[in-house]
Amino acid sequence: MKTWFFAIALLSVSGAASAGSKIIATGGVTTIEGNAGGGIVPWAVINGYASSNEWSATAFTGRVAINNFTLQSTGVGISLDNTWEFSYARQHFALKTIGGSLSQDIFSIKYHLTGELLYSALPQISLGVQHKRNRDFTLPAAVGAQRATGTDVYLAASKLLFNQVAGRNVLLNGTLRATKANQTGLLGFGSASDKHYQFLFEGSAAIFVNYNLAFGIEFKQKPDNLAFAAEQHWRDVFVAWFINKNVSLTGAYVDLGNIAAQGSQTGYYLAMEATW
Amino acid sequence: MVKHSVLIGACLMLLACSNATQPNLYQRLGAEDGINAMVDGLLYEIEHDQRIVHHFADSDIGRFHAKLAEQLCQLTGGPCHYSGSTMQESHTGFNISLADYDALVEGLIKVMQRQQISITDQNALLALLAPMYKDISYR
Ligand code: HEM
Repeated sequence: MKTWFFAIALLSVSGAASAGSKIIATGGVTTIEGNAGGGIVPWAVINGYASSNEWSATAFTGRVAINNFTLQSTGVGISLDNTWEFSYARQHFALKTIGGSLSQDIFSIKYHLTGELLYSALPQISLGVQHKRNRDFTLPAAVGAQRATGTDVYLAASKLLFNQVAGRNVLLNGTLRATKANQTGLLGFGSASDKHYQFLFEGSAAIFVNYNLAFGIEFKQKPDNLAFAAEQHWRDVFVAWFINKNVSLTGAYVDLGNIAAQGSQTGYYLAMEATW
Repeated sequence: MVKHSVLIGACLMLLACSNATQPNLYQRLGAEDGINAMVDGLLYEIEHDQRIVHHFADSDIGRFHAKLAEQLCQLTGGPCHYSGSTMQESHTGFNISLADYDALVEGLIKVMQRQQISITDQNALLALLAPMYKDISYR
């Protein structure tokens, strides 16, 4: 954590590190699953600032602290040609009151199919795949999860609308996800009674106060496969500060509903991202 | 009845007045001088941007300046008539990429920031220029 702060501080003041040609903020920030997007919803944008014929690298770390749990997520990504995004994230979920922890790795690919966030009437549309692997299946198995690995597929559409609200630009995103994941995979995949993919909706809306600062909201529909505890939809309100093309900070107030029979999990989310 | 018409008339006059006093984007950008300064600034940015300056190697910069100023004037509601080539025609053969377009937009944003154009007016201008991408790119 400390080295991160130093790295970020260095990048913020230097501003010398080369970044791609994309306009600031158009790479979004990085979700807890390692994809360009908001905090919990992957967007159609490709991470970092690589425009056509360019490449860029990103690294991020984020922490969710809610009443009975914390989630630490850290990862890296590479983007090519504003078309491909490859990323890896490791999540560590600590059960503060129950004791113990959950952990998973997420390997993702995103492919930008069509549309340009800023320049086309059509929204930017991307297809993403996330392959998730539990690092210890003991607890997920104990609560009824069927598998330790799972693959989510999502289709995301994102559009920036200029000059919309009080002359400010607005970003809208809708994502359709096919998943078997219990609590995004932290509690494994599927159950004895629910083995099949479900289609779920996720959405984000943000307003850019200026080029560097956005306020937004997110919603993520969740499945409810496990009998031992009800799983609920997630939502958050966030602020993202794109300090320059090398560094962004995100803060959010999150409401993750009930998790593992622990009621009303609300709290904060803090994340930082570095881009080269 | 008469009372009503007078009232409606008064309302319409108020509307007309408020419209007349509301400056359009062209005026808010500083009219002819403002747009010329913006085009000057953009030419400076292009000249110093290694990513895109090569596209302009054989261009008649005087003509480019004049046509772009004219186009921005017309586009923003000013008293001009754009007399240059269409966007498709003038950009054909340059194979202008997404990265080139991003670079030029970034340059324009720098200029608008430097000239302290309000964020609202910047967004209004970008809203007019962004959709030209399909006519300009990859030709
Ligand atoms: C924001 C969108 C753009 C607008 C509104 C625009 C506008 C114009 C105008 C009005 C002309 C003059 C046409 C004429 O001579 O009749 C022109 C020419 C030109 N534009 Fe653009 N342009 C845009 C984007 C770009 C981009 C992204 C590039 C490349 C980086 C570019 C490169 C050129 C070149 C090289 C010429 C000169 C062509 C020649 O010498 O004949 N333009 N543009």
